[in-house]
Amino acid sequence: MAASRKISSTGSAQAEPVVNKAAAPARARNNGDLDQLIHERSRLGLVSALASHKSMSFTELKALLQISDGNLSTHARKLEEAGYIECSKGFDGRMPRTEYRLSPSGRKALNKYIAHMEALIAAMKK
Amino acid sequence: MKQSDNKETGSTSPVSLNQRAEDNLRFIRDTMEGASVFTGVSGMGYMGAGLSALPAAWLAAQQTSDAAWIMVWMLELVIATAIAFSLLLRKTARQGKSVLNASGRKLLLAFLPTMAVGALLTLSYFLQGRVSLLPGIWLGLYGAAVMTAGVWSVRAIPVMGALFMMLAAGVLLAAVPADLMLALGFGGLHIIFGFWIWRYHGG
Repeated sequence: MAASRKISSTGSAQAEPVVNKAAAPARARNNGDLDQLIHERSRLGLVSALASHKSMSFTELKALLQISDGNLSTHARKLEEAGYIECSKGFDGRMPRTEYRLSPSGRKALNKYIAHMEALIAAMKK
Repeated sequence: MKQSDNKETGSTSPVSLNQRAEDNLRFIRDTMEGASVFTGVSGMGYMGAGLSALPAAWLAAQQTSDAAWIMVWMLELVIATAIAFSLLLRKTARQGKSVLNASGRKLLLAFLPTMAVGALLTLSYFLQGRVSLLPGIWLGLYGAAVMTAGVWSVRAIPVMGALFMMLAAGVLLAAVPADLMLALGFGGLHIIFGFWIWRYHGG
């Protein structure tokens, strides 16, 4: 409960229209250089966390990012639809386990986003 | 993971834009660091080690000589370490990682010096015949090692370390049965926190 409140209070989990699979990458590309899809803070956290791991489970991501089940599912689905992350479902013993991993295009998008931020900082310092 | 608003990067003043960009990069770095330590411990390993400590505590309490008593606990140390480490290896292998990745090395380097001091004190106190002080020292030093290593791990770990240190205070300052406190610490706390880590932190 506290975690979901935390995200809501930052305003980063604002309601957004559902994006279909084909439209999501297009939207990311069409909004200037800045990839709006991963610019949103929860999704940026998700992509950043997955960049440092081969894969992470839903539970680990939820605890790390301190967001609710619903928020994590929604953001993960958007990234998955955009092809930035890959999801696999299985079982760990008798417990269902959902694993996420960053796709090559997701890693490329994150690198591009970081380069964009660094370029912004460099430009401001001139 | 502290999160702040970054919705309007494109519509702010140059200074604010710069700050927001830096804030975004800091957030990415913090998240990566947080993720890198998040799965550095095995809940199943802790539970296994805890379960092995319970019969060890019972067996140690039956011993009449210091040498036999300390032998039981040293044997338990080997068994518990083997269980915890093998299950940690299994967990990291399942996640496609190495136990000696950057976070694993940090945990180990934070944990080992205190444990080395514990080994030295154990040998010294045993040779001096002051074995009755060892349970408090073991619980206290293990708690301190866990708290230190826990800085780079999930929040439950430093909490567990603090509880070990409280048990140490109980043994060293009050007349409570040492084997009971060792069972509560190495058995009970490991099982409880191991279950918590297994349930909420990926196994």
